[in-house]
Amino acid sequence: MSDEQTNADRAIADAAAPQRKPIKWLRYLPAKIASIPMILTAMVVFVGGSVWTIVHSFTKSRLLPKLDFVGLQQYERLWGTKRWLVSVENLAIFGICSLIFTLIIAFVLAAMLDRKIRFEDAFRTIFLYPFALSFIVTGLVWQWILNPDFGIQKVMQGVGWESFTFDPLNNPDIVIFGVLIAALWQGTGLIMCIMLAGMRGIDEDIWKATRVDGISTWKTYVVVIIPMMKPVFITSLVLIAAGIVKVYDLVVAQTSGGPGIASEVPAKYVYDKMFLSQNLGQGFAASTMMLVMVIIILVPYAYLQYGGRQRG
Amino acid sequence: MQEVSVSVRKLDLSFGAVTVLRQLDIDVHDGEFLVLLGSSGCGKSTLLNCIAGLLEASDGQIFIKGKNVTWAEPSERGIGMVFQSYALYPQMTVEGNLSFGLKNARVPKAEIKKRIDYAAQVLQIEPLLKRKPGALSGGQRQRVAIGRALVRDVDVFLFDEPLSNLDAKLRADLRVELKRLHNQLENTMIYVTHDQIEAMTLADRIAIMKSGAIQQLGSPDEIYNRPMNKYVADFIGSPAMNFLEGHLDKGVIQVGEHGFPMTGYEFVDGNATGDVWLGIRPEHILTGDGTTNAAFQTTVEVDIVEPTGADTLVLATLADAPFRVRMDGQARVRPGETLVIGINPAAASVFDKESEQRL
Amino acid sequence: MLEDGPRGAKPKKRFSRNNIILYGTLLLVAMYYILPLYVMIVTSLKGMPEVRLGNVFSPPVEVTFQPWVKAWAEACTGINCDGLSRGFWNSVRILVPSVLLSIAIASVNGYALANWRFKGSELFFNILIIGAFIPYQVMLYPIVILLREIGLYGSLWGLIMVHTIFGMPILTLLFRNYFASVPEELFKAARIDGAGFWGIFLRIMLPMSLPIFVVAIILQVTGIWNDFLLGVVYTKPDVYPMTVQLNNIVNSVQGVKEYNVNMAATLLTGLVPLIIYFASGKLFVRGIAAGAVKG
Repeated sequence: MSDEQTNADRAIADAAAPQRKPIKWLRYLPAKIASIPMILTAMVVFVGGSVWTIVHSFTKSRLLPKLDFVGLQQYERLWGTKRWLVSVENLAIFGICSLIFTLIIAFVLAAMLDRKIRFEDAFRTIFLYPFALSFIVTGLVWQWILNPDFGIQKVMQGVGWESFTFDPLNNPDIVIFGVLIAALWQGTGLIMCIMLAGMRGIDEDIWKATRVDGISTWKTYVVVIIPMMKPVFITSLVLIAAGIVKVYDLVVAQTSGGPGIASEVPAKYVYDKMFLSQNLGQGFAASTMMLVMVIIILVPYAYLQYGGRQRG
Repeated sequence: MQEVSVSVRKLDLSFGAVTVLRQLDIDVHDGEFLVLLGSSGCGKSTLLNCIAGLLEASDGQIFIKGKNVTWAEPSERGIGMVFQSYALYPQMTVEGNLSFGLKNARVPKAEIKKRIDYAAQVLQIEPLLKRKPGALSGGQRQRVAIGRALVRDVDVFLFDEPLSNLDAKLRADLRVELKRLHNQLENTMIYVTHDQIEAMTLADRIAIMKSGAIQQLGSPDEIYNRPMNKYVADFIGSPAMNFLEGHLDKGVIQVGEHGFPMTGYEFVDGNATGDVWLGIRPEHILTGDGTTNAAFQTTVEVDIVEPTGADTLVLATLADAPFRVRMDGQARVRPGETLVIGINPAAASVFDKESEQRL
Repeated sequence: MLEDGPRGAKPKKRFSRNNIILYGTLLLVAMYYILPLYVMIVTSLKGMPEVRLGNVFSPPVEVTFQPWVKAWAEACTGINCDGLSRGFWNSVRILVPSVLLSIAIASVNGYALANWRFKGSELFFNILIIGAFIPYQVMLYPIVILLREIGLYGSLWGLIMVHTIFGMPILTLLFRNYFASVPEELFKAARIDGAGFWGIFLRIMLPMSLPIFVVAIILQVTGIWNDFLLGVVYTKPDVYPMTVQLNNIVNSVQGVKEYNVNMAATLLTGLVPLIIYFASGKLFVRGIAAGAVKG
């Protein structure tokens, strides 16, 4: 309802009740009362909670929160801690690879399914079902598949390839890629569905025009279709990015952060410090850093979405 | 004998159990502007897409410029196509849109430039070349779409309801431009529409289609004056033709208490008798002074008057059936008044009641 | 009239090169996706000796359901050895109220936002949406304090409240968009007839919004059942949801690893959302895509 309409409605309501004009803040009272949960949540939990955490990240809280301000000490310690640095580095590698591979795989799969093939529904069901599972389930099953004694390594050695090694989860250098395999398995299905929907929303006449012009199918996808799907790509990007920063369950289940600290991620660092090491201050500082990371992602998105519109 | 540009032979197309095109045969003359006219679902767009190669027929053959193109790809058929939604590539400039297909076919740069310049000049879109489709008006976009077909340097142009997305005024303007374009280029043009005004004004010949078959193929004049069946007669003409149920015997059609002598009417079969439909267009009904010499005269009571400015449409009743009369815009008639009308049988159309074919 | 030469539909080779590449690739990729499910099932049906002898891909020679029984009824978490069934029922007890509460609140909120905009409502809504992007970690501890204050920390109801809170942004967005797409004339006609806020909601909006409720339910059931972080922060061991208990059972390094029981347990945990997924098909896709359309 636009503002003019709301005002018009109010005018009508006023005209219909000639005796007393209701007090302004009593208007729409049921709606306001019904919105209290939303307002409370937004203000108290989201705004209030975040501010509280950020403020306390500048304190010396350990077991209990204390307003014992120590400036940037927590942050200095944070960025001097090897475990945190490894977490951030892992997140960066994982994030970039996840982003690139998810987009590519999802797009290629969507394009293939777009070709009006038989069994499209069956394929889509297969590609999407991992999304319905918990990250814990995903992490555990991939931990089992990548098990060097029984999993892929054993299978390959069994077929005669004696010297085959594939043990990412025990190799600190590439363990994050073991996590990546599992993450891609879980996450590409959804992005594929979104892209497929985007492709289907493109005017069919465009395809007719390219056929008359003699453009090949794959060239049409790359040169014509992808640019037309810009909003879908942006949405996908945001979704993937949001999921990357939060990655926690998967790591806990698949590697427990190991071997050692080789697959630590920021979200795990926060939990461990806050609830296991009883170092709240570090936990607050780390979670504030996570918030900063999210903002860094969101700013370009907001610019792409809204800045572009203002110019155009 | 005119050269044939596009030839469709015994074209059949079914989607599962639904037959969309039935044994279609049509020859399009070189340089002709042929319009496929009909209401939605009649198969006109399907036929056009088959000619273009975008749809495959179940059976039959298609020839373009003498070559059997039944299995050829759209880009190999020597056609250009203009779509209802223009289908311009949104992220390319107008120039990009025009050159995309040519670049893909590895046409030399100089040749591409030459063709784009020519198309831009013919369609008057030179100032638009650097703009993107989003920055163009509907009419401009349509011209670019035509340009995309023009640069292909082909003999046959296909139009799939290109004006349906435009508002009425723009439609009228672009219609004139299309006619001018055809006069200038003299290419064969096959044009699909559901709008009879477009058909009548643009076409050299019209093919009226219904349920996947051609009802009549002829010039606008023929279609209008000598419709070969009741469907065509009813489809063309606005307001629609009046139909009276009657019985034909010895050259006179008896409709209720009225007898219409059919002298001067060209019968297809001179000895026809039986139940018939007598069709008379509202604009062929004579009023005022014209009634005195008419072969048939009667008086009707005016029911409803619809003044449109240019005409006055009068709805009356004749032989218990609603009957429309078109009068001059300045005529002053009022409901309840009586009106004297006259009819000349030469202008009428007679159809067999059962077969609905022209008699 | 027909000449010799091409006629009718062009004969298509079933096994053209393009088709082989297309279907071949799709099949290979499909195998990558099906593999884990297959491995889970196959491992959970083997006895331990067979597991040790073979590899993850080999099908069971002797099918046994013992791992399933063990996982469900005997697996140990800490001091409790009554299997995953404990976690399962905990999850159920968390799920049902959470889903009901979060959807009830969000639907009314979405309705209010769509039809009864008041000053500030849009602002609060935007804050809510922005809040959906804030990592949970930033709000974890303040919520702990809140729950401790009202005495719900560590209990099922505490977790239920948390799920309701965090479910609000997306669900409210979902419902708001849906109700905004309902033709305004319906709403205006009802107001002229004298119906008020609740009257219109209960008698007009609700009956016609079954599809979006189904979508919301699927979204919430999947999200809440699969959650781990909130479960592990806000519950004590005897009320652990299934996911938390599962991780405990598998990853707590005590003694010999019983891979078949682990896989049975994993499969059991994934069963509920999987069944919902396979049963609801297209609705699920629409639901997730709806949740994905933010901002």
